[in-house]
Amino acid sequence: MDLAKIRNFSIIAHIDHGKSTLSDRILELTKAVDARDMRAQYLDSMDLERERGITIKAQNVRVEWKGHTFHLIDTPGHVDFGYEVSRSLAACEGVVLVVDAAQGIEAQTLANCYLALEHDLEIVAALNKIDLPAADPDRYAMEIETVLGIPAEDILRISAKTGEGVDLLLDAVLERIPAPKGDADAPLQALIFDSQYDQYRGVVSSIRVVNGTLTAGSKLQFMNANATQEAVEIGVRRPTPTPVAELGPGEVGYLIAGIKDVGEARSGETVTMLSRQASEPLPGYQDPKPMVFCGLYPIDGDDFELLRESIEKLKLNDASITYEPETSGALGFGFRCGFLGLLHMEIVKERLEREFNLALIATAPSVEYRVRKTNGDTEIVDNPADLPPTQNIQHIEEPYFRVSIITPKEYTGTLMDLCQSRRGELGKLEYLSPERVEMHYQVPLAEVVVDFFDQMKSRSQGYASLDYELSGYRQSNLVKVDLLLNGQPADAFSTIVHRDKAFDYGRRMCEKLKELIPRQMFDVPIQAAIGGKVISRETVKAKRKDVLAKCYGGDITRKRKLLEKQKEGKKKMKAIGRVEIPGDVFISALKLDD
Amino acid sequence: MAALLQDVGQAVANGMQTVDTVFVGGGTPSLVDPDLLMSVINALPLSSKCEITIECNPDNVSEALMHAYKSGGATRISLGVQSMRTNVLKILGREHNPENVRTAVEAAKTAGIDEINLDLIYGSVGESIDDVRSTIGEVIALQPTHVSAYGLTVEPGTPLARDPSRFPDDDDEADKYLLINSLLEDAGYANYEISNWSRKGSECRHNLLYWRQGNYLGFGCAAHSHVNGRRSWNVRTPDRYIDLVASGESREASFEELGQEARTLEALQLALRMRDGIDERHLLAPDLEMLEEFLTRENGRIRLNPRGRLVANEIAVRLVAGS
Ligand SMILES: Nc1nc2c(ncn2[C@@H]2O[C@H](COP(=O)(O)OP(=O)(O)OP(=O)(O)O)[C@@H](O)[C@H]2O)c(=O)[nH]1
Ligand SMILES: [Mg+2]
Repeated sequence: MDLAKIRNFSIIAHIDHGKSTLSDRILELTKAVDARDMRAQYLDSMDLERERGITIKAQNVRVEWKGHTFHLIDTPGHVDFGYEVSRSLAACEGVVLVVDAAQGIEAQTLANCYLALEHDLEIVAALNKIDLPAADPDRYAMEIETVLGIPAEDILRISAKTGEGVDLLLDAVLERIPAPKGDADAPLQALIFDSQYDQYRGVVSSIRVVNGTLTAGSKLQFMNANATQEAVEIGVRRPTPTPVAELGPGEVGYLIAGIKDVGEARSGETVTMLSRQASEPLPGYQDPKPMVFCGLYPIDGDDFELLRESIEKLKLNDASITYEPETSGALGFGFRCGFLGLLHMEIVKERLEREFNLALIATAPSVEYRVRKTNGDTEIVDNPADLPPTQNIQHIEEPYFRVSIITPKEYTGTLMDLCQSRRGELGKLEYLSPERVEMHYQVPLAEVVVDFFDQMKSRSQGYASLDYELSGYRQSNLVKVDLLLNGQPADAFSTIVHRDKAFDYGRRMCEKLKELIPRQMFDVPIQAAIGGKVISRETVKAKRKDVLAKCYGGDITRKRKLLEKQKEGKKKMKAIGRVEIPGDVFISALKLDD
Repeated sequence: MAALLQDVGQAVANGMQTVDTVFVGGGTPSLVDPDLLMSVINALPLSSKCEITIECNPDNVSEALMHAYKSGGATRISLGVQSMRTNVLKILGREHNPENVRTAVEAAKTAGIDEINLDLIYGSVGESIDDVRSTIGEVIALQPTHVSAYGLTVEPGTPLARDPSRFPDDDDEADKYLLINSLLEDAGYANYEISNWSRKGSECRHNLLYWRQGNYLGFGCAAHSHVNGRRSWNVRTPDRYIDLVASGESREASFEELGQEARTLEALQLALRMRDGIDERHLLAPDLEMLEEFLTRENGRIRLNPRGRLVANEIAVRLVAGS
């Protein structure tokens, strides 16, 4: 294909500013999807995305516009999925930066725009939702010009809802975004920028050909994995997967290579021809650093192996997950997993449950601490259970985030209170415009992890937005709060917190567990303790009675079945010492929302 | 009744064995013409010392009815008393006058029916511990030979099940059970199954048969039968039952057949509930230790003490058939 006829771009924006809806209009306008097959946010194909109304996975699709071939990638906007965006950008020469014309610049508008600049991409900016009565495109065009340096007159004005201006946007893409460069005669270099495991077709990878030509049926070499595979099928998504005979430089499509070992088709892999290999792989990606960790355990202990396979397969589709086996006294065998944020953690857990039919328990989220020991060693701890004994600890350091919050100025006060209560340190305040402020804070990651986002949203009536990145480690007065059931430590509930908040955590956890743990045949004391000193206690009183119903001729069968069921339930319970706890108690007790 | 008679007739024709106990219950048998009822019973192959119990609503017991039962061979009546407190009866949705219980008991005794069971329910929300105390006091004063008392249970699909505010409280029910047990024991009624107390020798033989996995045949709609490990139950509605009897087809709605292992375990679970208890090897050592306060142990046998009876299920699920 003539390189000059190709345009590759990602649609980027803050969450909910209308990327997927814009993609819908583009699919319609280019007749890629029939009107009768159209549905809102067509590219959000996962159930989870449709239920939550957000994009989780970037999706690429090929459309035709005025004699040119466009590959567009709809990306997610949530801060936890920034890695999806940066991977997508590596397959593009430009971006469409969408900004809600009623909201203006938000935190991820900035973050994603900076990402595009880092990748040297051409930016086509568009103010969206101009159909809304509250839209104020003139004002926000100025804001974009001031903050991002994009001339106001270059900013398009569109409504992804009505379709207004979308044709002009596509024209702008065609004119302004450069065609890809590449050498069709050079040895093949194709970048895998995403992969997913399909139950029926095996591993399906999204690829961007940089140099050379990829032909169906050829023998391929996966350069980093050092594995040889055949190109069983190559094709393009229009968005229906459509096989093609070859993909040339600048083209984006998919590759099915009959891969069994899911580790071979990682994002960032470079594919070349076996017979004529490229001398160098492409730069690929640096896997992002996980921020939040938790243990994932199958409720049914027999599912451990299934969990391992499932995480492996999911990792293909989400390279940012890290995992390694761990064991817990109460929960048995599971994995310590790392995530980019809390939403990410929640989504991964839910995808594992849905896509692989698992029932899982997630332990309380933790960050990665650096523990300086009295003997001079440093230990990295992401699981409270692994914290060395108090007497061996010199001090503990915790990760801090550089947090930026963009908000209408009337919420500055209440948001400063929030940051304060989360041990935040104010950096600078910047006015983006007379009405809007960007606040810079240093906040311990552990404090951001716990419902910070929701608090910020509710205090600002939804108007504030948040972006953050790791800024470094600092020494803090941290302690481990242990939970003891009947005198036995329940590692799944223990946590590391700032000393000022330890008592509160201990008390709340004791109260919750008292509500949740079913009565046993004996009194169960629940204690929260710091280094052996009890700071809070509750008791689950012994069970005094069970069913006292009639047991005559017709009741005997029923009774026996009841007992059988009770026995089955007992088998599934997790035991801490002699205390038997149903799996869902862990789930409820470790819920974050209160 | 005609269908019932026909059903019994067919069973007898098929070689039904002599029975030692008969229990007429479910619904309100005391509303049926007593002579008709007794003719059905007498169509059965009864043993000479047969225990024949009829369940009665205290509201429709008269001396005449009791005489009819007696002369038809009945040896025992069971009265659905529930409570002797009007306020509690109201909560339970039964509006009979406790006075009827007294006259019913008198009527039975006058007619010469000596074995009398009073059936109680405790644990409803709104019933005080004093309500229970006075009910038991009045029950004892009536000198029945047998008392059964059941905790109010939330059955799915009932109006109670839709109103969690009226769900019985575990601790409250436990307190009431312990009170009932001690009052009855003090008055000379011995507990012989979790919810059943009697004067010596007045244990209900029919109940014991159930709990010892004996064989029994059930006649009528929704009646259950058990023959050598095969449990079956009849169709639910009278119409279907009548049709099936008329056409000579099986009245069975369904059945289950217990394997040897399940049967053994069930036998243990039932035995645990009774006075004689079970051999202690059926509990593992750590469980025995943990459950110590709920059991009395003697000569290698374990019995549930009053607090243990309250948590019989918890103990039953820990039973092992053992070697
Ligand atoms: N009125 C109006 N609503 C719009 C327009 N574009 C999008 N929306 C609405 O805005 C909401 C978010 O739209 P999406 O397309 O899902 O936003 P997104 O940017 O893809 O969101 P994420 O993928 O989660 O980051 C939806 O309710 C859309 O219907 C528009 O032009 N006008
Ligand atoms: Mg989207």
